[in-house]
Amino acid sequence: MFATLQDRLETTFKSLRGKGRLSESDIDATCREIRIALLEADVALPVVKQFIAAVKERAAGAEVSGALNPAQQVIKIVNEELISILGGETRRLRFASKPPTVILLAGLQGSGKTTLAAKLARWLQEQGHTPMLVAADLQRPNAVNQLQVVGEQAEVTVYAPEPGNGVGDSVAVARGGVEEARRTLHDVVVVDTAGRLGVDAEMMQQAADIRDAVSPDETLFVVDAMIGQDAVTTAHAFLDGVGFDGVVLTKLDGDARGGAALSVAHVTGRQVMFASSGEMLTDFDVFHPDRMASRILGMGDMLTLIERAEKTFDAEEAAKTAAKLQGKEGDFTLDDFLQQMQTMRKMGSLSKIFGMLPGMAEMRDQIESIDEKEIDRVGAIIQSMTPSERDDPKIIDGSRRARIARGSGVEVSEVNGLVDRFFEARKMMVAMAKGGGMPGMSGGMPGMPGGMPGMGKRAKARQAPKKGRTKRRSGNPAKRAQQEAAAKQAEQSTPPGAAFGFGGDSADAEEAADFELPKEMRDLMGK
Amino acid sequence: MGDILYLILALVLIVVLAAGGLLVGLRRRGRPGADVSSVDAAGVDEALPTVEPEAEAAPVLERPEPVQGRLVRLRARLAGSQSTLGRGLLSLLSRDRVDDDTWQEIEDTLLTSDLGVEPTQELVGRLRAQVRVEGVGSDARARAILRDELIAMLDPDLDRALHLRRTDAKPGVALVVGVNGSGKTTTVAKIARVLVAEDSDVVLGAADTFRAAAVDQLKTWGDRVGVHTVRGAEGGDPASVAYDAVQTGIEREADAVLIDTAGRLHTKTGLMDELGKVKRVVEKLARVGEVLLVLDATTGQNGLQQARVFAEVVDVTGIALTKLDGTAKGGIVVAVQRELGVPVKLVGLGEGADDLAPFEPEAFVDALLGESSLT
Repeated sequence: MFATLQDRLETTFKSLRGKGRLSESDIDATCREIRIALLEADVALPVVKQFIAAVKERAAGAEVSGALNPAQQVIKIVNEELISILGGETRRLRFASKPPTVILLAGLQGSGKTTLAAKLARWLQEQGHTPMLVAADLQRPNAVNQLQVVGEQAEVTVYAPEPGNGVGDSVAVARGGVEEARRTLHDVVVVDTAGRLGVDAEMMQQAADIRDAVSPDETLFVVDAMIGQDAVTTAHAFLDGVGFDGVVLTKLDGDARGGAALSVAHVTGRQVMFASSGEMLTDFDVFHPDRMASRILGMGDMLTLIERAEKTFDAEEAAKTAAKLQGKEGDFTLDDFLQQMQTMRKMGSLSKIFGMLPGMAEMRDQIESIDEKEIDRVGAIIQSMTPSERDDPKIIDGSRRARIARGSGVEVSEVNGLVDRFFEARKMMVAMAKGGGMPGMSGGMPGMPGGMPGMGKRAKARQAPKKGRTKRRSGNPAKRAQQEAAAKQAEQSTPPGAAFGFGGDSADAEEAADFELPKEMRDLMGK
Repeated sequence: MGDILYLILALVLIVVLAAGGLLVGLRRRGRPGADVSSVDAAGVDEALPTVEPEAEAAPVLERPEPVQGRLVRLRARLAGSQSTLGRGLLSLLSRDRVDDDTWQEIEDTLLTSDLGVEPTQELVGRLRAQVRVEGVGSDARARAILRDELIAMLDPDLDRALHLRRTDAKPGVALVVGVNGSGKTTTVAKIARVLVAEDSDVVLGAADTFRAAAVDQLKTWGDRVGVHTVRGAEGGDPASVAYDAVQTGIEREADAVLIDTAGRLHTKTGLMDELGKVKRVVEKLARVGEVLLVLDATTGQNGLQQARVFAEVVDVTGIALTKLDGTAKGGIVVAVQRELGVPVKLVGLGEGADDLAPFEPEAFVDALLGESSLT
């Protein structure tokens, strides 16, 4: 796992703390770090260069900010630049004044066009349109079949007069598709084409022919988020070959930083319009430039983490657990512990979950050294206990221990360790659930005293979702910094509740930026 | 409920911390029965390996080309598409005066090949030292320095042979894995052709039960060279197909069994568990000699992460780098080799059936640097 930009910059600026203004050499050192961070995020080199130049200019002329330390100041600039390139506002699809609207998909092989076609169709349908898919990928074996299958899943009409597998005229199919849509009153036509290499002139010509035949209202360039430096060359090839109006980023559910989005947007001036992030047909949404900016900078991805947690955890269960933690100390049992562990397991690997939290750099080595399988072993130990032992681990004596160890295939000392740790962890959790002090989590909880030390301004924003807004869009690191600042403050013994006081005013909330785990947690980790 | 999430996150954190510290590392592998989520995602999963098998269906069995010297034969293609890298470097290095700007350009050239920041800086550092000590002087000298350093980057000492020989009366087994759309099925087919060219008896296992076309695609390839393909029901358990394939291989006294698996993003824990299961199940019958990770040459720095996770789950023994014939340069394999010690064993240089070549560092570097080499 690479260090994030924030970590890098913090190191660079360690000696500079307290300095009000950035000197030229500071800026140079910083730019070097930004360059590396962007390159590691797969942003194409020419784009990195231009980007750095722009940042340099702004940083040099930047006002001295009383509220931000130099690192934050630079990050703020970088982030704003990123968002502005990625497109501040997401462009919407243009619909033809006279239906059907034709949308053409083009992209490299393996970028995920066929799947995307179905996702797009489904999404359009949700928006109240009546889309139709046209199977004009007659190259790849069974691409037509595949489109029919996914089309069926999306409950969308698929026009596939040719079986494909290398025979047939895709231009004719595309043209026929539009005719058919007009006849059957579908108002949007999504044309899936064969994947092609940018260097393959023949295939590019075919794509251009299809374009000329159907004169699409929108041509979307589908690009894999994992693509590296080649993104620029490819984007250029497609822009010259077929031309496109918008970009769709696929496979965002991987952990690629997705610098390609920046490269393509910057080089072609076309905006990323949609992002596809999963295998289900519903894993498709409009693109959020601010989130992508954070992702490219590796600034932790709290929003994604929250979303994933939202998907994985059952709200009712969570509420129950919360209630238990706030009740008597003995309410939270090993069973609950086990359940939490297993649910968390579903969210992905531990190191990934940690990676999404901002500012975890300090602990990165320890995180890396966690053996994921240990969770299973802990599970095995707990499952070797009787229900009454799980409810009250205090009754576990020597002979019970021996039995449990035999049952789960571990040493007795490991059973001991687990029980001891469980008590410790529980004590801590209860303390935190009751009094705050845990950054990132907290107050606002029904019945929980103490406001939200970890949240600052966001806490207020958070009240809104309860009334129905389900997605929080604030990927703005300024706000995140605020949050972190608040966390730090809280950690430094701000009494619970005080944190609510600040947060309205962004300038003073942005003062500090280190997010740190509370000491006791670090100790626990170290043991 | 948004607030509750924060509590959950905190819990997660604590639990992770507590659990992480609990036991000190012991065995690593072996999580049973976690093949979830495969069925409901069937047919949706596809970002598809896309290198196309050619359409002509030859009724007569084809005789694949011999393997020897494939890389040399494909040199032109490599040199053509990658001229910027090799020649660009060479022309920069053989300038009369190599100043800071030139070094910057050299670094840029390397970076654009997805080599990654660290390997690039290291290579530039070493080149710099060499040039300072010995001076460049002539083109030939520059070429020699560059050639040596590039070859050193590729670590020519790694074992790049495919271990697919019959041992202990059992066939050699290879498992082919990778993310969606990297070209696994095509690679399996091409390896089969290589083996057939070497007079091995091969059995193919179509354990990509996920994607509609994958099984047929593999079978078409197999039929062309007279290789038997073991297939299972669509949406079935890939581990059972793999098991059957190896069983068939043993019964038929085949020399090698190649198992194609469904593409999966390395971030999908459930799918990665399923992959681990496939390997464990196969190992009940025979040792898995090779686990090949198929990497798309256009992949950027994420390739390293992919390799790391796949290596954790199934002990990757080699890498097949595909689609190297585009404009991509596949520099990420250098990082992967260095970090994980997993060698690149095969490179895919085109859509033709025999465009898969064993990777030879020397020949590869020579191709990068253009003709008239071997100073």
